[in-house]
Amino acid sequence: MAAKESLKQMFVSAGLLAGFAVAGSLLLGVTESGTREQIRENERAFLINNLNQVLPPKRYTNDLLHDTVELTAPGAFGTEEPVTIYRGRRGGEPVAALFSVIAPDGYSGQIKLLVGVYWDGTLAGVRAVAHRETPGLGDAIEAERSNWILGFTGLSITNPVAAQWRVKKDGGRFDQFTGATITPRAVVKAVRKALVYFTAHRESFFVAVSEQES
Amino acid sequence: MASYTEIARDGLWKNNPGFVQLLGLCPLLAVSNSFVNALGLGLATVFVLVTSNLVIATIRNWVQPQVRIPVFVMVIAATVTAIELIMQAQLYELYKVLGIFIPLITTNCIIMGRAEAFAAKNTVLKAIADGLAQGLGFALALLLLGTMREILGQGTFLSNAHLLFGEGARAMTITVFADYGGFLLAVLPPGAFLGLGLLIALKNDIDRRLKARTTTQKLSTGLPADQSA
Repeated sequence: MAAKESLKQMFVSAGLLAGFAVAGSLLLGVTESGTREQIRENERAFLINNLNQVLPPKRYTNDLLHDTVELTAPGAFGTEEPVTIYRGRRGGEPVAALFSVIAPDGYSGQIKLLVGVYWDGTLAGVRAVAHRETPGLGDAIEAERSNWILGFTGLSITNPVAAQWRVKKDGGRFDQFTGATITPRAVVKAVRKALVYFTAHRESFFVAVSEQES
Repeated sequence: MASYTEIARDGLWKNNPGFVQLLGLCPLLAVSNSFVNALGLGLATVFVLVTSNLVIATIRNWVQPQVRIPVFVMVIAATVTAIELIMQAQLYELYKVLGIFIPLITTNCIIMGRAEAFAAKNTVLKAIADGLAQGLGFALALLLLGTMREILGQGTFLSNAHLLFGEGARAMTITVFADYGGFLLAVLPPGAFLGLGLLIALKNDIDRRLKARTTTQKLSTGLPADQSA
């Protein structure tokens, strides 16, 4: 009798748990389908906003987010993973390529940068996208905190010359920050590597979409 | 049975989750680096607490004691995930800033603590009041610490207000100290610990003074010093 009671108890408990699991899943399902569109729209807006900070929207006429190609170049991009290249074009002619590279040697791990390079090899701009550098010191690489990162705009691998592509402490022309040299050094190095690679392989950044899909 | 006044006093002051129970320290310390971040997480926590208390008080008579904990966990996790999705849809930038601390509300001991200690034993209305009071108490702790750290650390107040109130609020930022170099200690995690310690000390001091005053008042009117029922 007692065994039968506890068996019944067990089934009731299991049924209760199952009921709540179903109710919880329903709630999440409804919320997810109700917010999905808006979330996708937000992510798209966030990305295009980031890209437009590097490449002003008036410089290109195509749909940046849908004109992409993936390249793998661990030596130049700082990651083994394929990197998505966003291509800006004007009337079909290549204008600039936007892609993210990783500076592996920041003060606290990797610094993810968004780099934009014009077809002629000059920098459209650089932005720090994600990093864990010290607040108040290394985070001066963020455009909201200081103008330092804006200083890359207009530079190329020949301007300044290779020996000058360093922070001032190392004999180059880039400012370091008070109390933080490692962070800007890592950024300068990563940007230069990306530039060198782009200048040597710029055709591969703009291969036609049809070639890429085949 | 606790009265509503007691519930409010408990959550906001006497048994404040941030300053007295010291629950939810991880988000309290990590997200209190600015007023706006603190307000964002505080509001999310209030909302989760009220919702989970409401649901748990509603179902308390049907759920057997043996399975109540897994049921509570399921209710809380589902509520938090729903809120995370809604924030991602409506307050995307703030969601980006608060990041992992939104899903981590699930593991905030206050939520489970109030579910188990209060909502499972009280009426729905009382449970809602308790969720509100405890949540606001936690938000208050977050806001005090956030204000203190932002003013000391960056010399500003209400910076990044647009994350919460829309683009028009960009101008709301108040620069408390112009040309302030920043005080790194207040921004970094040790500043959070020190700040919380100072705030707790301040609260204890206020409590002590209040107690001393009521004692002398009672003595002067000839009543026994302690006549708490």
